[in-house]
Amino acid sequence: MIIKGGIVYDPANCIFGEEMDLFVDKGRMVEQAKGEEIDAHGLLVMPGGVDAHSHIAGKKVNTGRIMRPDDSRLGTEPRTGTCRPSTGYTVPNCYAIGYRYARMGYTTAFEAATPILEARHTHEELEEIPIIDKGALTLFGNNWQVMECIRNNDMDMLAAYMAWGLRSARGYGVKIVNPGGGEAWGFGGNVKGLDDPVPNFDVTPAEIIRGLAQANEMLRLPHSIHLHLNNLGKPGNYNTAIETLDLLKDIRPSRMRQVVHITHMQFSAYGGSSWRDFESKAPVIADYFNSHHHATMDMGQLLFGSATTMTADAPLEYGNARLTHNKWSNHDIELEESSGVVPMVYSRKMLVNAVQWAVGLELALLVADPWKILMTTDHPNGSPFVNYPEVISLLMSKPKRDAEMASMHDQVQNRTSLSGIERQLDWTDIVIMTRAAPARILGLQDKGHLGPGADADITIYNLMPEELDASQNHDLVKKALACAKYTIKGGAVVSKDGQILSTPPGRTFWVDAAVPQDDADRLMPELEEKFAKYYSVQLSNYAVQDAYLPHAQVIRAGLSVESLKEVA
Amino acid sequence: MSEAKIIKDAICSFCGCLCDDINVEVDEGRVQRVRHACRLGSSKILGHGRIEHPMVRKDGRLVEASFQEAYDRSAQILLRANKPLLYGWASTSCEAAKKGILLAEEVGAVIDSTATVCHGPSVIGIEEKGLPGATLGQVKNRADTIVFWGCNPVEAHPRHSLRYSSNSVGRFTPQGREGRKIVVVDVRETRTARNADKFIRVNPGGDYEVISALRMLVKGKGDLLPQEVGGVLKADLAELADMLKAARFGALFFGLGITHSRGRYKNIDNALSLVAELNQHSKFVILPMRGHYNVGGIGQTLAWSSGYPMSVDLTRGKPYFNPGETAACDLLARRDVDAALIIAADAASNFPRSTVEALADIPVIQIDPYENPTTLLSDVVIPCAIAGVEVEGTAYRMDGLCLRLRKLVDSCLPSDEEILMGILGSVHRQRQMMANQGV
Repeated sequence: MIIKGGIVYDPANCIFGEEMDLFVDKGRMVEQAKGEEIDAHGLLVMPGGVDAHSHIAGKKVNTGRIMRPDDSRLGTEPRTGTCRPSTGYTVPNCYAIGYRYARMGYTTAFEAATPILEARHTHEELEEIPIIDKGALTLFGNNWQVMECIRNNDMDMLAAYMAWGLRSARGYGVKIVNPGGGEAWGFGGNVKGLDDPVPNFDVTPAEIIRGLAQANEMLRLPHSIHLHLNNLGKPGNYNTAIETLDLLKDIRPSRMRQVVHITHMQFSAYGGSSWRDFESKAPVIADYFNSHHHATMDMGQLLFGSATTMTADAPLEYGNARLTHNKWSNHDIELEESSGVVPMVYSRKMLVNAVQWAVGLELALLVADPWKILMTTDHPNGSPFVNYPEVISLLMSKPKRDAEMASMHDQVQNRTSLSGIERQLDWTDIVIMTRAAPARILGLQDKGHLGPGADADITIYNLMPEELDASQNHDLVKKALACAKYTIKGGAVVSKDGQILSTPPGRTFWVDAAVPQDDADRLMPELEEKFAKYYSVQLSNYAVQDAYLPHAQVIRAGLSVESLKEVA
Repeated sequence: MSEAKIIKDAICSFCGCLCDDINVEVDEGRVQRVRHACRLGSSKILGHGRIEHPMVRKDGRLVEASFQEAYDRSAQILLRANKPLLYGWASTSCEAAKKGILLAEEVGAVIDSTATVCHGPSVIGIEEKGLPGATLGQVKNRADTIVFWGCNPVEAHPRHSLRYSSNSVGRFTPQGREGRKIVVVDVRETRTARNADKFIRVNPGGDYEVISALRMLVKGKGDLLPQEVGGVLKADLAELADMLKAARFGALFFGLGITHSRGRYKNIDNALSLVAELNQHSKFVILPMRGHYNVGGIGQTLAWSSGYPMSVDLTRGKPYFNPGETAACDLLARRDVDAALIIAADAASNFPRSTVEALADIPVIQIDPYENPTTLLSDVVIPCAIAGVEVEGTAYRMDGLCLRLRKLVDSCLPSDEEILMGILGSVHRQRQMMANQGV
């Protein structure tokens, strides 16, 4: 396949809007090839989108669907010759997830939070999502074994357990959510800060975060720890964010990447002491990221309208339910986690929501280096992923931001710095934030760029980047991004002008990290005891079987070449 | 002579407990002994009378047929129908459910599960209020207060109490039963009630009022209550409310006693609200006691495929859900469906009489390992291998936990999944033929 004459943006390979031809053979980018020609003259061409944080599969997503039939009634599309039926807006069914990402030009998305015990369910759904490649981050931040290893200062065993957990969950990376808080929620409590001890476990959130970060680097995992901060969603929580970032700045990364990825930063960049004096502290957070180089973040942009909040931060969800008097689902997972789901509507007339909206944009505009901040909405917490074009058009257009702010609560001008920010992102920034940076931050070498050997995941948008003024014509930008002219996944055209043409199954990435055999041997008796006494399932029924990943892509990592002993 | 083989940690595919610690001795291709399972589970795993070959009805009588004949006849029935119903799915794997959903899309059918006659009202309650729950291991490790409301696990889920609830021992519950307060609320003194610290007898149909009274007491509005509510003395309710509020970790398990008594989904809505409110005083979770081992799994599979967990109408190409209109019993009562495929369930035994009469008047395809009353009114009967005994597969426990069922012995019969693929294949072929003939 040859894609002719497009204006190509491939920042990872230092190509910033050059007219050039692209060549595809056997699903990969190559130097020369023959075959089908796609005319892309003058059109915007970039790698397929990569979403590093999106809640797309697993128990809590399905709980969202089950408790929200109102949502499933939105966006229904009938079955066609190519497609299964689509339903849902904030909690779409599996098929709609694949089709909608593909229509938008996205070809990869990572599920953000899966407990090991329920990973089988996550993989059942991931496998049912067509077209896109995917992976799932595995939750470790409230795990009994993790907390005990850290309390005993046994980093080798911690690393062995994390490798075993990733393998059992067929997981891709280490996710930490409100560390310690999920365990405290087991008896209805929470932790209030980094040094607040976790009840019954004699460790602090600070120790859990540092321990997992260090072990993550011992294992040389492709991705860093992926952290949902303590005190998320609360006024004044920017202090917790800065303290947490400081906690990790001396840790050396084992690969060319960050040491920590702070997810949906927007929800953790708040000042004020209550909802009454709630304000943005995005400038403080952005300054920190501009002057430090060990951390990256994603926006977690909030947009007005319907959302479904779902997170392993169960006490937060209980708070949301109390605040909004909305329906509340909770799900505690023995020995590992807790979680919750609450539907939400964000309103532009509500000052707190308007400030939240501005905070996400401030972060993206004030962080100078686009490689440090990804464009996300924490789907479907801030907004469903189908609204990414709205976020991008806001980032590219000051007039659009001003017009939006004019319709909001007056105080949003005083509580945030957004109205004073002139910066308008360009296509290079956008391609980095939605393609190149998420791939690099996740450690996906063949994604997010178009160099020889990369996956042939390519998007062509019906938009002339050299002629269009994205600032003035933001509506055209939004329209073009919502519906790619071509989405090419693994060398095959999967979507053209919004129509799904083929639905190949996507691959699922997971990380198999090797650890020294004696650490694994020391670990197993502890795990056997936990299963005999505390788990409600047998050890032999715990790990995800290969049958659930028929399109697995294993990435090797770890301390040595020896592989960990297979779980019997 | 062959050597006996012991299969450890097999998963029992009988009830929603999905006990996964079963040891099975297999010799000469048959299960010889089952250890750790309850009587209900053992009986299933050891096996009993099976349908041996496919049958189709000819001249009013079921006669032996080949599998292909049965698939073709089934496809014919489904293709000729305007609005077929695909019902059951509670006692088979999610792999079969996925194929069933595909078949429903292909032929334009309504697909519904046995939840419609058990925990369907719970689903509607959850749509109103959400479900504050937990995995069963969380209850085992933490619960010091457990309420069984309208359920009788001693008889319906015999190992529930030992593995997950009253008598289980966990990290923060080292004393097991001794360290716990067990409350049973029911209309009669069940065997479960005999193991309770407190039994509250509610008048039949009085659950909604009693739950409402408890909510008032929890909120400190007990002074507004009369001396007796739903057959329960106010003093008893006040004592119970205090017990619930004082829990360190409380769990409320509920069953068909409140989902299918007067009030139905409103009872569940009310119970969910009670538990949500109790969380202002103590940690509290609520869990439905699901009956069939994978009735949870069809709900999960349907939800991620169609957006809805039951009663999904796919006759118009896109999923439509409106319980009361699209549930199996409603459709049959209105005689709104003109063919049915009943799989892994026995509608004739469990449905209201008028709906069974409606079923008898339309062509019915049955896929099941066992003969049951549904067989008598079926036009095609296809025997299958038993999921979780003869076939591997996926099932969801009553708390939503997903497990992989093991295969214990071989079967010469096809799996549910294979049968559904056979019917799907025949649907495609017959459709092609009809297209070629210009029909």
